[in-house]
Amino acid sequence: MTSYAKSREMLFGGEIVFLTGVFLSHTLNLLKTPLHEFHVSQGAKMVDFAGWNMPLLYRGIIAEHQHTRKSASVFDVSHMGRVKFTGPDAMKFLNHLLTRNIAGAAVGQSLYSLVCNENGGVLDDVIVSRLEKYHLMVCNASNRLKLLAWFDRHRPGFDVQIQDETMQTAMVALQGPKVIELLDAVLPEPVAGLKRYHCMMQRYMFIPFTVCRSGYTGEDGVEVICGNSAALMAIKFLLKSDGQGTESLVQPAGLGARDTLRLEAGMPLYGHELSVTVDPISAGLNWAVAKDKDFIGSKVLAELVQHGTPQKLVGLLIDSPRTPRQDMTVLAGGKPVGRITSATASPTLGRTIAMAYVQSEFSEPGTAVEVDLRGTPLAAAVTKLPFYKRAG
Amino acid sequence: MASPTDRFYTETHEWIKLQGERVLLGITRFAVDELTDVTFVELPAIGKTLTVGKAFGEIESVKATSELYAPVDGAVVEVNEAVKNDPSTINQDPYETGWLVAVKTGPVDTSKLMSAAQYDAKFNIH
Repeated sequence: MTSYAKSREMLFGGEIVFLTGVFLSHTLNLLKTPLHEFHVSQGAKMVDFAGWNMPLLYRGIIAEHQHTRKSASVFDVSHMGRVKFTGPDAMKFLNHLLTRNIAGAAVGQSLYSLVCNENGGVLDDVIVSRLEKYHLMVCNASNRLKLLAWFDRHRPGFDVQIQDETMQTAMVALQGPKVIELLDAVLPEPVAGLKRYHCMMQRYMFIPFTVCRSGYTGEDGVEVICGNSAALMAIKFLLKSDGQGTESLVQPAGLGARDTLRLEAGMPLYGHELSVTVDPISAGLNWAVAKDKDFIGSKVLAELVQHGTPQKLVGLLIDSPRTPRQDMTVLAGGKPVGRITSATASPTLGRTIAMAYVQSEFSEPGTAVEVDLRGTPLAAAVTKLPFYKRAG
Repeated sequence: MASPTDRFYTETHEWIKLQGERVLLGITRFAVDELTDVTFVELPAIGKTLTVGKAFGEIESVKATSELYAPVDGAVVEVNEAVKNDPSTINQDPYETGWLVAVKTGPVDTSKLMSAAQYDAKFNIH
């Protein structure tokens, strides 16, 4: 078998951070989340992801994937960045940097948004929640330092305080059709009434936490942020709440399942579908780009909306048990027309699926293309995203 | 878990088990754990010649694709259809039901291969 370093790189698209010319290798001093002890006790296979030592899997990626689709899974996502914005200009500042118009957001609303540069290139995709006293941004682990530097650069002229709370807090995602019912049996305030992309603050035994009805799996569920010290207790409590063992409704799931779940749900992953060389319009995220305000990148994006983009993100249904990998070429009539960004053997569909950027003329659903798997052409058909949509 | 002591190992995580004039060939538990769930395996047809150190097949998982390298010279005399039909057999049991191919060889020079103890020491397996 070949070197696994290469496989790892394919796995998560090379998580190396460039910060003002300093090359920070992530192989040294890996960060640990407050749930590290839990992962180790559960026998998780740990990998290094964006500088963090994270669980790739506990029992198996496919088993964890399937459990999430039918029951409930808990994912440690504490590696993601959590940044708090306060001060009189916080909203104005965020509106200058984000593609969504957050001035219209009510308290308790969470918005998916992009952060773009002046050319419309995506610096990150984030979720910003408007809470009573501040705005809270959740960003990708691999982009956190880059974003903090970007915010610092654009802060002059705004009365805003930016506080990186990543190291003081933990974040877990609870995902699956049984999550809401399960939470409502234990939480003081029901979350069933919380609308999708809305958030609330709660207390449980004097411990405050934030709950957002959101996720990255295509299932119903929540993402919970709490203090470091409460996290380990909370996760143990959750897993015990309906009996322990493999029959338990709630099972831990790792980054491996998180990736296959989000791919079936057609959700982009930074470093794969999104990057600084890609704009949100090509990525199919026009809906997350406000047309009624100016922000960094808005001019370029408005033109792309008006004139169309030369390439588009599409789904591919691949007619082979083989799995293409990132950057493999998409062909039409023997000519290159695009590139694969992500692919997997879909556990839910029982077939190979991929996302790819293709020239816009080949982006219509039903278009026949091929994927060049190192010389072997795999027949594929363009399809609409997502691949999987939950019932209801 | 320690690797089985009745076979030899390569640095690229293949194992061979000597069976008279032929060897059974597979990949190690360590390799399988690195790959995660195996979804596809491409193996050579019966009669195909293997050359030491050269790629003879590919294995794909939910997370990665890897090439398989021949630990011995020889000709393929049997292919494990069970792993082709159900690649998860390799995850379940890489040393017994999850073998890949049987190869007819001359006398095998095992001096270039590792014992279980050497392999486990090299990759910190216990």
